Parts: sequence; structure tokens; C-alpha cells
Amino acid sequence: MVEREATIGLETHVQLKTRTKLFCGCAYAFGAPPNTLVCPVCAGLPGALPVLNRAAFETAVRAALALRCEIPPETKFDRKNYFYPDLPKGYQISQFDAPLSRNGSLALADGTVVRIRRAHLEEDAGKAIHDRGERTLVDFNRCGVPLLEIVTEPDLHAAADAVAYLVLLRRTMRYAGISECDMEKGSLRCDVNVSLAPRGDPPGTRVEVKNLNSFRMIGRAIEHEIARQGEVLDRGGRVEQETRLWRDGQGATAPMRSKEEAHDYRYFPEPDLPPFHAPARWVEELRASLPELPGERRARFERAYGLPSETAETLTAERGLADYFEALAQACGDPKAAANWTAGEVSRELNERGIAIEAFPLPAPNLARLLALVPARVSVGAARTIFRELVGSPGADPAALAASMGLEQVSDPAAIEAACREAIAGAPKAVEEFRAGKGKALDSLMGKVMGATKGRANPGLVRETLRRLLGSPT
Amino acid sequence: MSDLVSLSATALRAAVLQGEVSVREIVEAHLSRIAALDPRLHAYLGVDEAGARQRADALDAARRRREPAGPLFGVPVALKDNLCVRGWETTCGSRILEGFRPPYDATAVARLREAGAVFLGRTNLDEFAMGSSTENSAFGPTRNPWDLSRAPGGSSGGSAAAVAARLAAIALGSDTGGSIRQPAALCGVVGVKPTYGRVSRYGLVAFGSSLDQIGPLARTVEDAAVALSVLAGSDPHDSTSVADPVPDYAEALARGVEGLRFGLAREYLPPDLDPEVRGALERCVARLRAEGASVEEISLPHTPHAIPTYYLVATSEASSNLARYDGVKYGPREGGDRDLRTMYAATRGRGFGPEVKRRIFLGTFALSSGYVEAYYGRALRVRSLLRRDFDEAFRGVDLVLGPTSPFPAFRLGEKVDDPFQMYLCDVFTVTANLVGLPAVSVPAGFTSDRHAAPGLPIGLQVIGPPLAEAGCLRAAAAIERTCGVRGRAPALAPAG
Repeated sequence: MVEREATIGLETHVQLKTRTKLFCGCAYAFGAPPNTLVCPVCAGLPGALPVLNRAAFETAVRAALALRCEIPPETKFDRKNYFYPDLPKGYQISQFDAPLSRNGSLALADGTVVRIRRAHLEEDAGKAIHDRGERTLVDFNRCGVPLLEIVTEPDLHAAADAVAYLVLLRRTMRYAGISECDMEKGSLRCDVNVSLAPRGDPPGTRVEVKNLNSFRMIGRAIEHEIARQGEVLDRGGRVEQETRLWRDGQGATAPMRSKEEAHDYRYFPEPDLPPFHAPARWVEELRASLPELPGERRARFERAYGLPSETAETLTAERGLADYFEALAQACGDPKAAANWTAGEVSRELNERGIAIEAFPLPAPNLARLLALVPARVSVGAARTIFRELVGSPGADPAALAASMGLEQVSDPAAIEAACREAIAGAPKAVEEFRAGKGKALDSLMGKVMGATKGRANPGLVRETLRRLLGSPT
Repeated sequence: MSDLVSLSATALRAAVLQGEVSVREIVEAHLSRIAALDPRLHAYLGVDEAGARQRADALDAARRRREPAGPLFGVPVALKDNLCVRGWETTCGSRILEGFRPPYDATAVARLREAGAVFLGRTNLDEFAMGSSTENSAFGPTRNPWDLSRAPGGSSGGSAAAVAARLAAIALGSDTGGSIRQPAALCGVVGVKPTYGRVSRYGLVAFGSSLDQIGPLARTVEDAAVALSVLAGSDPHDSTSVADPVPDYAEALARGVEGLRFGLAREYLPPDLDPEVRGALERCVARLRAEGASVEEISLPHTPHAIPTYYLVATSEASSNLARYDGVKYGPREGGDRDLRTMYAATRGRGFGPEVKRRIFLGTFALSSGYVEAYYGRALRVRSLLRRDFDEAFRGVDLVLGPTSPFPAFRLGEKVDDPFQMYLCDVFTVTANLVGLPAVSVPAGFTSDRHAAPGLPIGLQVIGPPLAEAGCLRAAAAIERTCGVRGRAPALAPAG
């Protein structure tokens, strides 16, 4: 059987986080009461004209720069014509043959480089609501919200790579403050193109899959589509060029429209908007304003702090978390401990509270003061307990907290020896086993000592004292 | 004050400011003339009597409080019914917009209001401004005040007829391919098509977005100049509006034409030009020369391609601009109880008239995949050649002079069944729109008794380089003065 390779390209729509819509002064908020965030312009009333929101244009160019795109000196808008009730003008203002950016790339953690063909600005449509009785209702609130459409070259070959690309894309957009990229709220939407052909051959017939509402669905849909096309080809059939819809319930795609039914969008230059210029100096200023992006930051964390790749990946998932880690590492001087705490206890706390790092009450310098007590003055376990307390009163002094909570480590040899003697006296069986050569028996004795001291005894000292008292050579 | 309706806008304002007449009296005089004559003319689609009276009283009160008076203070104005006026119905002469009341004012409307104008009502037009006779209105044609059996031209036929018949001192029109100038010529009034971008299009229901301009129609060049000074200027709501400062257009009128160089385009003098139109042009040339201007023959070689180019660009843009009339948001909805396609087809099928449908089909075809290069794309290239024609011409002359329309007013029904004949009405006017140039049509005589239809107005057109409105108006004022048609009014008897 011939080995086939899938070719995958993605078209992602990212909703730009701007104060107002793309061509009017309306604000947008997800979930606002229907048709309350509209004006003559975004409702497409007769006579109304679009005026480009400069901030949206700037945000789009910054996003394109974050994707390492070229920014041509001039760009223009075009009309994409089609009829649908959620499109109040009967056309969408988009960009056709002069997008604001081209030829970018995004490098995944495994070194795969996904080329970005283009990223262009367009306005969102409203929402047609079909599930409220017999009638279709239309909510125009979303009309005119700025979207950046990011189109990749067909450089991906597996569902996992596509998802990895999307994860990094979302991360990059969030880092640069471009978009929330929240699929549940529609601020990130993705259509995939999948084709299958014998390895080494040109890509096969392209099938577009829509209605993908989560990264999980995207991964499943691609896998399904590869399998489906494989079966068609195995049967000696031909894959149709078409658009298919993902049906998550069935875990399968179903035909939506064929090539023949495809729209003729009749693109032409938007006469209501003159061409726009992106002067080189302005572009360079925007480029300089970009923060360090997640891919670069991950690489730096590995290199500069010697972190394992997985930890670096976790820490750079969000810009705020990475910032927290760096602040902590700097304050405590121990990047490894800082990494473990940020990826461990801090992240756990954030998850439990359901908050973002930006809302985390404990400043990194104060957490560093706690870490400075480990292991000499408090054990790692005790530090975790103190940490939870500290999050509740983030201004408190960790050392004072350790004392008041009675969690300071006991390293007084006399006290530890007394506790060890007590444990030996109370567990003759374990003592016997240990002397018979069962090293593990020491652990049970240690447990008793630690229990008696409420975990405060210095574990190294306890072990050493027990061995000495039991007459072991080491 | 006698015969308030015949006074120019500037004279009306002066009379109000001198306390000789109240705005209310001016408005009443116009309203009663409209009531008497408009049943036969059908220049208006709607008259806002209550609104006009209320506004008149408010202006009179402001006058008594000695508040500053704008340049159109107390002037009764009619608005083409494709301009949005908050609270009024805006139909564009189409069934598909019946009942639509825009929640906002067009910028041009707001500026007139700010200048003290009183809005009398909305005037008739070819549906969506598509036509040259006002016969394409879904609400019936307007008649030419000079001969009720004839068309007033179009698409701003209602505005031109209203001004000519003294049913308003000034009217606004829109000009996509001649829709202000051609009816102005056929009705014997002044019509100005400003440079593209000189007047904001915000609130003008779009037909051909890269061609549309709003402009004034008036009985005197001075009134048109005053109105244009009010209308012109950049607008943050229209990205295509021009930021250049607006001169006082009326100020330059008295300067005359001495030293101005006029070009007479060979291509605007075809053999089949109506002989009396040719005669009026020749007389005008002689008088301009007598005034110290020079007139020389020039060539605009791509002129024969202007009409096809125009009908590709305008219809392409229109096919997109008119997509929004789908029965979802406003206007009558048909077949809404069926599926989406049926609703679209029924709503648009019943809502649009035949000429609008013809142009939507044409434009949709011109933009469709596989044809867009050959039609729309080629039209854009010819458009730049036409621009080059004028760039070339304006190296040697200041202004281009020619007829506005190849013939005077034609009979109602004469061309309406032959779209191509109707399209040729615009043969001298479309180029100014394609190139974005300012152009003024000014009355320059009447057909003589030797003509098959004597006593019909003849208009001439002055086209200028971008933003040369002042020069065009200055030339028009000289033509107005020397060709001596001022003061002649159509004889209209009230409806029997």
C-alpha cells in the first residue's frame, strides 16, 4: 500500500482587542443584549460610510509583525460580496489582492517552521440565530468588529502539528496584546484545509472543514478528515473539492457545499476607503514596541536558566506567568526553584482560584523571601503550607508566618535525638527489621519522628541520628 | 413683499435680515405654490409642511433674539430623496425603501440646517438615481415646468423642476454621471457637480460610490456658489472627502473671465448635436471672447469610451451598494415566511424597478469571476486614460466648455423604453464623474421658434481641474450675465 501524506493549511480569524469597531465608533462586548451595540455604519444603513479605525490598523500591523510578516508600504480594502442576513451591507469589507502583510512565519517548539502566506484585516459579520423557534433572528452587535485573518501555507502534515501551531499562535497574539483568542467567545476561529496524496506527490484535492469550536475539535476533525479521504482513495474514489462541516456529536465531517456551489465573491476595491500607507519608520516603531514573543522566550529560558524544555514551555504559556517566573528567579537567585514554584504551587493556586496571574495577590519578591527559608529554616512541605497562608495575607513576613504557624524546622540535635529515641523505643519490630538488613524499615521510623514533630524536624538530621542510634555504619 | 417665490436665496436672506419679511411668510408662499402646482409637476415625493412651519418660526424667533444668521438663513430648500434626513422617509424613488426613516442626517443636510436653511420636502428622482428623465421613479415621473409633456431630465429631475418652478429657492441633487447637470440644463437652472470628495457623501444613499457627489441646484450662479460654500469641506465620516480649505465661492464671481482660457472639446461637438444647442454654444463662445477670454479647440480623444466605461464602473459599484436591500432590516419584506432564497428573490424582485434590476445584472456580470478583468478591470484602465485626457487638456486651458446635454428636454416616454438612447443623455457629463472633476451646468439660452420645440432651456457645461469650483462658477456667472437668460420663468398655471 502506498504511503500517503496529509497536507494541512489553516485560516484563522483573530478578533482584535480594540476599543471600537473597525469602521465606526461602536464598542463591542461579547454577550451584550442583541442589537444594542450598533450604529448606522456597522448596521450598514443606506448612506452610511466606513472610516478606518487607526488603532485597529495599528494592532493588525503589530500582529503581522509578531508573525514575522513583511508589511508592504501600501494596502487597500476590497468588498467581498455575498448575501446572508447577518451581513447587513450584502458585502464584507475585507482585503483581497493587497493585504496589509505577507510572507511571515511561526516556528514551533520542535523546530517546524509554519510559513504565513498573509494576514489581512476585515470586518466581522453579525450572528444569525436559528434556535429560537421558527424564525431566524439576527444580532448585529458583532458587525464591524475587527478581525485579522491569518492564512498559513500548507506546511503542516499532522493534526498535532496544526494544534501546536494554533497554541503558539494564540500565545503569540496574547503576548503582543492583540487578542484574547478565546474560542468560546469567538475571538479565535479557525477553518482547516486538508488534502491527502502519496508522499512526494503534489498535494491532493483540498477539502475545507468549518464549524470547529475548540482546539480539540480541530485535532479530531483533521484526523477524521485524513482517515475519510484515505478511505475514499483506498476505494479508488476521488476526493471532491468541497467545504465540509464538522459534526462534533458524530465525530465526523459532513458535506456543506460543493465547488460548484462555492460563492463568487466578486471582489473589487472598496471605493469608500482610499488606500492606506504603512511608512517604514512607523512599521519599525511598531516592531520595536513588540514584547519578547513566546517562541523566543521559551528558547531563552532553556538557554539562560537551564530549564528543561517542558518547563520552559509551561512557563511561557502566558506572558504574565513568564514575567512572574523571571521576577521570582531574580529575587530568589535560584531559577530552578523559581521555575518549580511558578509551574507548581503558583499555577495550582491560580487554577484553584480560577484567576489569571495578573490577579494573583502574592508579589514575586515576597514569595522569594519564603523560598529563601528553604531548606535551612523550613522544609519544602512546610513551605507549601506557609505559601497557602501567605497567598491569603500577601503582605505578611514569611519567616514570621513560619514561626507563628509553628512550622520552623527543628534542627536542635538534642531535641531530635530525644524524638528518635522515643520512636526507636516505640517500634521494636522496625528496629529488628532494620538490624536484619531491611533498609526500608528506617523510613517507617523516620515517619514516626516526623509525625511526632509535626513535620518540622530536619529530615537529614533525623535520618543521620536514627542511623547513629541504631548503630548502623552509614 | 410680492412674489417671494421668485427671489433668489441671497435676496430672501437679505429681506429677512432687513426685517422686510419673516421666514414664516417665505415658507408659506412656497408651501402654497407647491400645493397649487406640484399636483401637476410632481417634483416632490413628500412635503413636510408642519416641519417647515415649525422651523420657520424657530428661525424667526432666533432672528428676534438677534442670534447670528447663517449664509442660508430662512432659505427654503428641497432635498433629493436619496439624502438621509433624520425622521423623514428616504425612499430613493424605490418601493424597496418605502417606510425607511433614517435615524441620522446626511452631512450635507446637517450643514444646510446649520446654515439656517428650511427644508420643504423631498424631491422625486429616478429610482436610486439611475436614469436621466425621472421616469424611473417608482412613484411616477416629474414633469418639466417649461413643457409639462416633457421630462425634466434626471436623476435629480424633482430638484431641478422644483427650483425652476419656484417651488424652492435651492435644491440638493446628487450627480453620478450627470444627474445634477443634465436636469439643470433641461429645466433651465444652475447645477453644480463638485470635485469628487469636495462635499461629504455621508448620508447620501450610494449608487456609484467612486462617482457620486452631492451638489446644489439654484436659479442663480450666486445662489449655487453660496450653497456650495456651505456644503463643501472635509468630513470625518467620509474618508474620501477632501481636506483642502473651502474658498468663498460667491466672492470670485464678479471677477469676470478676462484672461481665462477655455477649451472647446472637438469630441463634445458631434455632428448630431442639436443645432440650437450648437448655436447657443457658439453664441456663448463669442460672448466669452468679447469679455476677454480665449477659446480654443482641444481634443479629449478617449471621450467615445466614456459611456461604456461609466456603465461598467457605475453598475459594478451599484450591484454591490444595492445588495443591502434584502428585506431583513428595513423596507417591505416579501416571502419572509418561506426560505431565505425565496425571501431575497421576492423582496428584491418586487422592490426594484426594471432599470435598477438591469443595472444590478450588468454590474454583477461585470464583476463576476472570469469576466472581471475584461469588463471592470478594463473600465478602470480606460478611466485612467480619460483622466490623462484632462490632465493633458488642462496644461493648455483653464476650463473646458461644452454642451451639458446633446438635446433639450425630450418628451416623457420618448426614451424610457430604449435604455441605450437614455444612456446617451449622459454622453457629455459622465467623464467629469469618472475623472472626479468639478463641473457646472448653467442656462445659456432657449430653443428658438425655428426649433421643433421652442422655448426650452439650453444648458452649457464648464468643467474644471480638481478643486477648481471657483473658476467654473466664475465662468458660469459670466455666461449667466452675457447670455441673458436670468429672470425668465416657466409659465405655470395652478392646477385647474
